[in-house]
Amino acid sequence: MSRSDLPALTIADLQSLLRRKEVSPRQVLESLRARIESVEPKIDAYVSIDFEAALKEAETADVNLPLGGVPIAIKDIINVAGQPCTCGSKILAGYRSPYDATVIEKLRAAGAIPFGKTNMDEFAMGSSTENSSVKVTRNPWDVSRVPGGSSGGSAAAVAAGAAFGALGTDTGGSIRQPASLSGLVGLKPSYGRVSRFGVIAFASSLDQVGPLTKTVRDAAMIMSAMAGPDRHDSTSLPDPVPDYTKNLGRDLKGVRLGVPKEYRVEGIDPQVSAAVNAAIKQLESLGAEIVDVTLPHTDYGIAVYYFIATAEASANLARFDGVRYGYRAKDPKDLLDHYGRTREEGFGEEVKRRIILGTYVLSSGYYDAFYVRAQKVRQLIRQDFVKAFEKCDAIVSPTTPEPAFKLGERTTNPLAMYLADIFTNTANLAGICGISVPCGFAKENGSQLPIGLQILGKSLDETRILQIAHAYEQSTDWHKARSPIALDSK
Amino acid sequence: MAKNTDLDVGYVSKLARLNLTEEETRRFQKQLADILKYAEKLGEVDVSQVDAAAHGVPMFNVFREDTPCDWLTAEEAISNAPHKANQLFVVTKVVE
Repeated sequence: MSRSDLPALTIADLQSLLRRKEVSPRQVLESLRARIESVEPKIDAYVSIDFEAALKEAETADVNLPLGGVPIAIKDIINVAGQPCTCGSKILAGYRSPYDATVIEKLRAAGAIPFGKTNMDEFAMGSSTENSSVKVTRNPWDVSRVPGGSSGGSAAAVAAGAAFGALGTDTGGSIRQPASLSGLVGLKPSYGRVSRFGVIAFASSLDQVGPLTKTVRDAAMIMSAMAGPDRHDSTSLPDPVPDYTKNLGRDLKGVRLGVPKEYRVEGIDPQVSAAVNAAIKQLESLGAEIVDVTLPHTDYGIAVYYFIATAEASANLARFDGVRYGYRAKDPKDLLDHYGRTREEGFGEEVKRRIILGTYVLSSGYYDAFYVRAQKVRQLIRQDFVKAFEKCDAIVSPTTPEPAFKLGERTTNPLAMYLADIFTNTANLAGICGISVPCGFAKENGSQLPIGLQILGKSLDETRILQIAHAYEQSTDWHKARSPIALDSK
Repeated sequence: MAKNTDLDVGYVSKLARLNLTEEETRRFQKQLADILKYAEKLGEVDVSQVDAAAHGVPMFNVFREDTPCDWLTAEEAISNAPHKANQLFVVTKVVE
């Protein structure tokens, strides 16, 4: 293969080439740089890149480490020492991370090279990446459409062959939804499986870091390097980290897959339903047993999510006060003017809307009616999953009700944008793990738009959902399809 | 459930220390009223026997030894400050 084709490789294939010394980590980075320069004007996936620092790391990279010499793109919400970290927000323009997040420390220890930061909805609030204050990222399958969000830059970079793999964060679907819309694998780990230290907080009881990759194996490789307890994150779980690749290749005999009747809702695109139904048949033909399950409180998920996520966000974003870091309004006349204008001028519209909603649901007189009630219904949603998992090993559904929508189509209707998370955000509320894997295409006006199958697993059962996703993936050709931008001339 | 008509965006923006333009205030009033109306369905659920869940995974206090370790220097800690002097954050005047 020619050097210019390198960025099309999976991480697993790149690793074999590196270990056989057919390419050097430096050559890999240089081919990636050329690739990014050629496609970036079409997709705008990256917000900052530091190739010089990356090339230095490449000089000493040990290719025998689990991810030795593999460049990984990082969502711009995760701190990488010395690199900018904007969260897609004006309020953090010019901010440079003084330290590495734990996930970055762990990836570096495994030999990976975090070379650049990807675009996102401001503070991870959105499902299209249109809420970035930096720029609008486009979907490599159809550049008139969104790549999904909030990890849309990570998704677009990998789908365009401009990254081998990327990290995203998922608070209500922000890894799985862009993975689905961009034809990728996206894994949201169980709450507590991956450290959140050094990841700028949106909703602390929901946020998790996870991989967006071309294949299930690549996702398992990144997870094996990144998961585990962290003394800096008291919500990280102490359980030992398995080798997530160990069950890949095992068949599905005896695996029980639940199909929740509540997910057969109106408003699902018929092409999405058809693809997901076919995928369920395919899983059955691979030996899985399909069982009906019920998740009776599904319909309340969006409402619960938007109360809890905005409440936590309004508290977390209080730290952006223009004192210790970030933007500060000019010549404030007093402290209230300083806070009020710094935040007015620094935050974008969606962030403001959510701070207002979150502040309201936590305010005196409304806290019990909104926030506490939402936490109680959250408990019921969690119990729904506990009961469902007594009957099955994993739950399958569409990742999103529709394929990628047009840029600008939903920016004026926040509620319609929120409903895009209907199948994903209950997993965050319940703390369980979930993965999206490509399962077909919808045809819209001549474009092929990827469709994702979501597989949800019990807390800490990542090995199982990776096994199921891998068995499905390897029995289909969907993961071999490349986006028009990825196939573009070099 | 409280009625969504109780929402006063102008008042809440003061609580949040977040100035809004009149136009934003009007727009959010309408959009958030729609969202609160959508969320009224939470009122249908019988939660009388349910404990609130703060996390998806039940968690309790986690303790560790309070051992000092190398961390940011003062210079690194204030490296991103919008206004600093003598290794200190310079803040807007808070007392007369």
